[in-house]
Amino acid sequence: MATLSTVHRGRYLAARFLAALLMFAGTPGMAAIERSPATADHSKFKSLQGPFETASQVTDACLRCHTEAADQIKATTHWTWLYKHEETGQTLGKNQVINSFCGMAVTNEPRCTSCHVGYGWKDMREPPPEADSAVDCLVCHDTTGDYWKFPTLAGDPTYVPREWPKGSGKIVQPPDLPDIAQNVGATGRANCGSCHFYGGGGDGVKHGDLDSSLVSPERALDVHMSPEGANFSCSDCHSTWGHSVSGSRYQVNAKDTLGIDIPGHTDLSRASCESCHGAEPHEKEKLNHHVDKLACQTCHVPAFARGGVPTKMWWDWSTAGKLDENSEPIATYDEAGHVSYLSEKGDFRHGENVVPYYAWFDGTVEYTMVDEKFDIDNPPLEINRLDGAPNDPGSRIWPFKVMRGKQPFDTEYKTLLATHVFGADDSSLWSNYDWPKALEYASEMSGMPFSGNFDFVETRMYWPITHMVPPADQALRCGSCHAGESRLAGIGGIYMPGHNANPWLNRIGWLMVALTLAGVVIHGLARVVFRKRKQS
Amino acid sequence: MSRVLIFKRFERFWHWFQALLIFSLLITGFEIHGSYSLLGFGDATRLHTIAAWSLIVLWLFAIFWHITTGEWRQYVPTRDGLFAVMHYYLIGTFTGAEHPYRKTTRAKHNPLQRLAYLFFKLAISPIIWVSGLLYLFYNDWPATLAGALSLETVALVHTAAAFAMLVFIIAHVYMTTMGHTLTSHIKPMVTGYEDLDEPASKP
Repeated sequence: MATLSTVHRGRYLAARFLAALLMFAGTPGMAAIERSPATADHSKFKSLQGPFETASQVTDACLRCHTEAADQIKATTHWTWLYKHEETGQTLGKNQVINSFCGMAVTNEPRCTSCHVGYGWKDMREPPPEADSAVDCLVCHDTTGDYWKFPTLAGDPTYVPREWPKGSGKIVQPPDLPDIAQNVGATGRANCGSCHFYGGGGDGVKHGDLDSSLVSPERALDVHMSPEGANFSCSDCHSTWGHSVSGSRYQVNAKDTLGIDIPGHTDLSRASCESCHGAEPHEKEKLNHHVDKLACQTCHVPAFARGGVPTKMWWDWSTAGKLDENSEPIATYDEAGHVSYLSEKGDFRHGENVVPYYAWFDGTVEYTMVDEKFDIDNPPLEINRLDGAPNDPGSRIWPFKVMRGKQPFDTEYKTLLATHVFGADDSSLWSNYDWPKALEYASEMSGMPFSGNFDFVETRMYWPITHMVPPADQALRCGSCHAGESRLAGIGGIYMPGHNANPWLNRIGWLMVALTLAGVVIHGLARVVFRKRKQS
Repeated sequence: MSRVLIFKRFERFWHWFQALLIFSLLITGFEIHGSYSLLGFGDATRLHTIAAWSLIVLWLFAIFWHITTGEWRQYVPTRDGLFAVMHYYLIGTFTGAEHPYRKTTRAKHNPLQRLAYLFFKLAISPIIWVSGLLYLFYNDWPATLAGALSLETVALVHTAAAFAMLVFIIAHVYMTTMGHTLTSHIKPMVTGYEDLDEPASKP
């Protein structure tokens, strides 16, 4: 709750910021940011002339000048896939967590580790390879668009022509490594997107607010990233410190109270709206009064999966494995043309322009870990849980994608199960459509216990929505929430005029009004009747 | 009988501007409350706030006027003749009785009117004012107030007062039709003049 003094300070800040914003947004299509020219032309470096047999030889060349880069990378979550959560004490990261898409990365190397920022992580029971040359510089710094980590090679691009997707007849050619090496630069949307847009096994599958439509989005889709808008790269907000990228889905900065990040004042991490827009960014004061309870995203991301790429909303693994009469796998599609069944993966439902789910959120996310016993009698099971409460000053109402589905669990141990879905071996689900075998093998490979008895439990998983911010005129209207049947229905713990009302007040109030009206009408009619009688 | 200026120019301006504002406030207010959708919540809120501030300014002028002219005395309640007036509205009006009250410029409201208007001025309006300002400045409440009061309570009180206002207006508008003719009570509020039994007051 703002005191008077902060209101005044806020007004000053808001006015100052508005001036800046107007300069930015006043012109149709705000000015795209310009970047200072580089001090090095990498095509002039002898060590980048090649030839390179492998991408890791390029890394060796990079490290000759960028001597600390490999150590920096190896200290980041991008490398370790481990995240020690300070609030909950849980050890998270792709190395540890289970999700409601393909389950765990563990036992699905090298498919999953094709997105590791390195080369050759073929067994996740071990840490990533130690050699400095195992770090992948190019996936983040390629500017040609020709570098592509092949999906099944544990992080390497292909060095021979290879077919992908399997059976499609499309051949992926080996990349021109010297050309790529000579054209390295700052990271762009396509770099981050080559992994983050394709999480969950395909374009847009996982996040809902991250998909390939953001490589070059229209202004209406994302005002920050659009070339007609600010043309931001991911790292303009997800600022880095020695290759460590700010902004975490495990520990979200749900309410940034630092305000605008100015050198000398703050840590310069910019992965929150407030980092640039401040705490009171609206011209209308009443809107600024909402920021203590509402995340910016709640109004400014009215829907996700808006760029024409659907996101997966439901994934039922229990139906996987059905084959047609020729024992061939099946694929079916819904009326929108989105795949609705695959023998490898089960049933799906996809969504576009999805209205988010809203919840109080203080930024802390707790996971149901794979070895954690859960209450199997009360599904759905929450794969991750959102902390936060209405009366907690650190919480705000945030938008989420809720991923739902069914996934296997151990009926005896009452735990979720690692799923070995990918692999050339004959035990993976995608090679033989046999769940018991795949689960058995996953247990053997990962060392996680499996009793041999399993079933499928309905699960839910929450994904914070923060990207795909359209221009302000497409933000939610007041009536989107301040209405009886509003998108915030059921949020609880807050009085929203127009949405909440005391039913007894309404009953008594309207009854009084009705009685008065009735009294007036009866009295008036009586007057008419008596007057007529008198006249006659 | 004499033609007497009974509602002065400011009084009439005050009354009709206030009427306009109160109707605007009721229409937008019950939309904000969620009773129906007309302008949309955002526009309803904006109009409601503008009308509220206008009414507050108008009231400040009206209070000043009442004090400086001594017109506040018109609202001092009296029991003298109250029951006769009530009896008239309940029975006499049907039997063709004369209205028991004789209006003068010094006492232009009958005892029932005095009570009703006093209730409007001292109960309904202040409750609406105070709860409305609390509602409007909800985000600027000092911590002590925020600990003791909730927006929900303020909204409840504000809306309850709005219902009382609506009830008052229905009754008030109906009562204005109860003169010798349907409009004989309304005319003086427009022109200012009414034919009274008393001789024109002389300065």
